[in-house]
Amino acid sequence: MARGFLDRSHSIAPANWSRWLVPPAALSVHLAIGQVYAWSVFKPPLEEALGLSGTESALPFQLGIVMLGLSAAFGGTLVERNGPRWAMFVSMTCFCSGFLVSALGVAASQYWLVVLGYGVIGGIGLGIGYISPVSTLIKWFPDRPGMATGIAIMGFGGGALIASPWSSQMLESFGETTGGIATAFLVHGLVYLVFMSMGVLLVRVPADGWKPAGWKPGNGGTGKMITTAHVSARNAIRTPQFWLLWVILCFNVTAGIGILEKASPMITEFFRETSTPVGAASAAGFVGLLSLTNMLGRFVWSSTSDIVGRKNIYRLYLGVGAVLYLVIALTTNTSKLVFVLCAMVILSFYGGGFATVPAYLKDLFGTYQVGAIHGRLLTAWSAAGVLGPLIVNAIADSQEAAGKQGPALYSTSLFIMMGLLIVGFIANELVRPVDPKFHEPSAEQAVASEKEAR
Amino acid sequence: MSETPESRPARRTPLLVLVWLWVGLPFAYGLYELIRKVVQLFGG
Repeated sequence: MARGFLDRSHSIAPANWSRWLVPPAALSVHLAIGQVYAWSVFKPPLEEALGLSGTESALPFQLGIVMLGLSAAFGGTLVERNGPRWAMFVSMTCFCSGFLVSALGVAASQYWLVVLGYGVIGGIGLGIGYISPVSTLIKWFPDRPGMATGIAIMGFGGGALIASPWSSQMLESFGETTGGIATAFLVHGLVYLVFMSMGVLLVRVPADGWKPAGWKPGNGGTGKMITTAHVSARNAIRTPQFWLLWVILCFNVTAGIGILEKASPMITEFFRETSTPVGAASAAGFVGLLSLTNMLGRFVWSSTSDIVGRKNIYRLYLGVGAVLYLVIALTTNTSKLVFVLCAMVILSFYGGGFATVPAYLKDLFGTYQVGAIHGRLLTAWSAAGVLGPLIVNAIADSQEAAGKQGPALYSTSLFIMMGLLIVGFIANELVRPVDPKFHEPSAEQAVASEKEAR
Repeated sequence: MSETPESRPARRTPLLVLVWLWVGLPFAYGLYELIRKVVQLFGG
């Protein structure tokens, strides 16, 4: 494929291009890379076939998530410069090569190749792929940026829903031997290559100055919180707004992961001593419900933010989220329905928080380098990925060691999560429009200052 | 350049249907499998 085809200049949409062709291009990448959350399907067969421990078999996933954060943070500027087609191509190449290298590794019983392939090479594909369509979608949908990014980021959640049963069926067909796992990896790499190539071929950037019919900048409906100016990624990280959003995202994700990571043992333990205990099968159903609301929240809440404004929707995520944690902590095991409903809404806020943040960034920093700024902000996700499970697991372990059981194992964690959400709520209240000194000079200003300099 | 009547998107319905099906069908499969699991576990 010629380098020219991948250039931003070669992906400018013709005048009669439909913007509704862009979300499927984004989805073809996000639905593929979302597979990472179904890695657990491969863990038991790998442990059995290669004699690995649970910690060892989790390495490719963990490294993949670390590489996602790093490549999104450091590759964001390159993505902005080279355009979405280049980014999607890099993502597709890395993600699919990762599977092929892993297939070789399993076939040769060289596990380090799986770690390198899936974790490092594939992880770069995750990070670049995650941010690849964000700024393009925002430019195509300036009137509905929350909905547009919500569709793509919902795809990341949906990727695991597809991969989990699909990978399981494949392992069942090919067998859980080294040969069977290697074949499954090979098929994954090839199928995702075809699936993602649609995005590479289809994605287009709007021509300079393009805007939807009848739409004017500032028509977002939420007044002064939406800027028409532009802030570079380099300047964005010097603003308090960036770090306030970092805290908001980090704590909102920490609170969600706290439930998501321990959902199955948590519901079992909560209702163990009641007249309606929860068995392993029902606990798995509960985890499924949380995945569903996590995914739906990404689209529903992010789209709602286009109407009510980004600041207000985060007030809902963080404020109502804190109240729901309090409800769980106070009602403990008195009502299973209340527990399940609260957890479902909290998880929908968790997903919504992820999906709405690119539009919040666009409101504050403009569209100029929003993809690169988003990439840098995703380090908050990496931090939350460590913080959330650490808090819940450490507290549950210490309470268990102290002889406690049932809801008491988790009550301290619930109050900590509530505290984090309140801190996030305060951070959201402190968000103001960015100081104009951080804005990029407009074309007119640049000409004027050049004349002055002469 | 804004969407003027002259530059309004041409009818690309077949392409739109194809690409939305391309991503929609696998997504529907994943959703179906998930709902089946939830119904089986809670509904019996």
